[in-house]
Amino acid sequence: MKQEVIVAGFGGQGVLLLGQVLAYAGMVEGKEVSWLPSYGPEMRGGTANCTVVLSDTEIGSPVVSQPSCVIALNLPSMEKFEPMLKPGGLLIINSSLIEKKAERDDIEVVKVAATEIANELGSGRVANMVALGAFVQQTGAVDFATLEEALKEVLPQRRHDLIPLNLQAIQRGAVEAE
Amino acid sequence: MRGDKVLMVGNEAIGEAAIRAGCQLYFAYPITPQSELPQLLARRMPEEGRVFLQAESEVAAINMVYGAAGAGSRVMTSSSSPGISLKQEGISYIAGAELPCVIVNIVRGGPGLGGIQPAQSDYFQATKGGGHGDYRLIVLAPASVQEMVDLTALAFDLADKYRNPVMILGDGVLGQMMEPVEFGDIKPEIPSKPWATTGRKGRDRNVVNSLYLDPNKLEEHNWHLQAKYRKIEEEEIRFDTFNLDDAQLIIVAYGISARIARTAIEMARADGIAAGLLRPITLFPFPTGAIAQAAEKARAFLSLELSAGQMVEDVRLAVNGKRPVHFYGRTGGIIPTPQEVYGEIKKIAGEEVAK
Repeated sequence: MKQEVIVAGFGGQGVLLLGQVLAYAGMVEGKEVSWLPSYGPEMRGGTANCTVVLSDTEIGSPVVSQPSCVIALNLPSMEKFEPMLKPGGLLIINSSLIEKKAERDDIEVVKVAATEIANELGSGRVANMVALGAFVQQTGAVDFATLEEALKEVLPQRRHDLIPLNLQAIQRGAVEAE
Repeated sequence: MRGDKVLMVGNEAIGEAAIRAGCQLYFAYPITPQSELPQLLARRMPEEGRVFLQAESEVAAINMVYGAAGAGSRVMTSSSSPGISLKQEGISYIAGAELPCVIVNIVRGGPGLGGIQPAQSDYFQATKGGGHGDYRLIVLAPASVQEMVDLTALAFDLADKYRNPVMILGDGVLGQMMEPVEFGDIKPEIPSKPWATTGRKGRDRNVVNSLYLDPNKLEEHNWHLQAKYRKIEEEEIRFDTFNLDDAQLIIVAYGISARIARTAIEMARADGIAAGLLRPITLFPFPTGAIAQAAEKARAFLSLELSAGQMVEDVRLAVNGKRPVHFYGRTGGIIPTPQEVYGEIKKIAGEEVAK
């Protein structure tokens, strides 16, 4: 098993956190993992992305040019990363913010209204977790149960009151992606 | 099994490892892409009752290192390329005065202010001296976050063992990426330092100095330093290999380039091309002997670097004309993709077979 995932969106949409929760869950399950953020002079409102690799064997390059999955939380991210996907790869689109259709017909596309669902749940900030839920449902890359443990590790103690909301968002995302 | 693993970015892993290795003082000035390291130590060093000091400049920081090392303490500084250039005068003095310390360079693209994205273009500076005079640093090149922990601990031990500055040469990817790490039992082996300026207390006076106005004395000092470097070359070479035994094409790469090479080699092997990896972990001392030995069997070499071609010179010296040595690199903060490197492998494999 090897998953090479690029998560991308606006700064502030929680793409780095999404990647960290996924990487942590993989580590808890005994997989080899790497998490690589883009870094640069971008500020809030700019674009952000990270690359997560989950593997049963030692990870060579943490830099990925042909991801098996792209999670695009906004339009510029989809436009940038859709062309890089492996044939047969998975594109998860935040359809709340992306009206445009995917251009390729050799990939699998899953649309999730992540921002709208997050707003329904009471906080637009958990749109990232809705997308994570959809990813895990589609790929089975990690167990849902492990994500709770990962959230405890990744979120600071003072934010642990938000874990139930994050788990709800993950569950909704999973249901949407079924 | 999770064990005691934690997910950490490379910069923080170095900081935590330094604390466990007994680093008592840290002096530095922030710069991207290594600022997570001073950020972590600003919090952690006071928690441990140790010294964190953000100096007014890189020049000040390295001279604080000089002073603390002279007084016998385990001490570290860190920076990224332009900041390391500023430290060169101090590093030369520290090497001349034979003091142990650890210097971290999380390399970014140059020359000049360059950029903030990852590079390996400080290889010459790190391995050939960097400052003035005939001196060498021991240079360690981690290729994973776990190795950033392990080699930081080793760096302090080697610095004390040889009374020599040790550089950890990373890059922006390794500094910024997260991987699982275990700290295990880092047991600092801190030897007694009878030469340190710890207060005279009835013993003979200890002097820390790099000034020798008598040329005979200075030459003697230089031969003494050279003998030390030869001993380091005999005893401290470290390297790793991947699919090397039957390799026709050997990629020599360190740090993040070696990780990319590994994936490219897996692609090549899947297509029946016998490629392998020789990854120097110590850049000084360089694994010259291992490369020379590999040149007996392999048909060609490829030096892969995030530079315009620096380590390739040491690979050529090691291969010594026996086999062709190719080079592939990207600069300025661009990282080659595994596909791109595999393309180079195919090209070279085709050329060498055609011969």
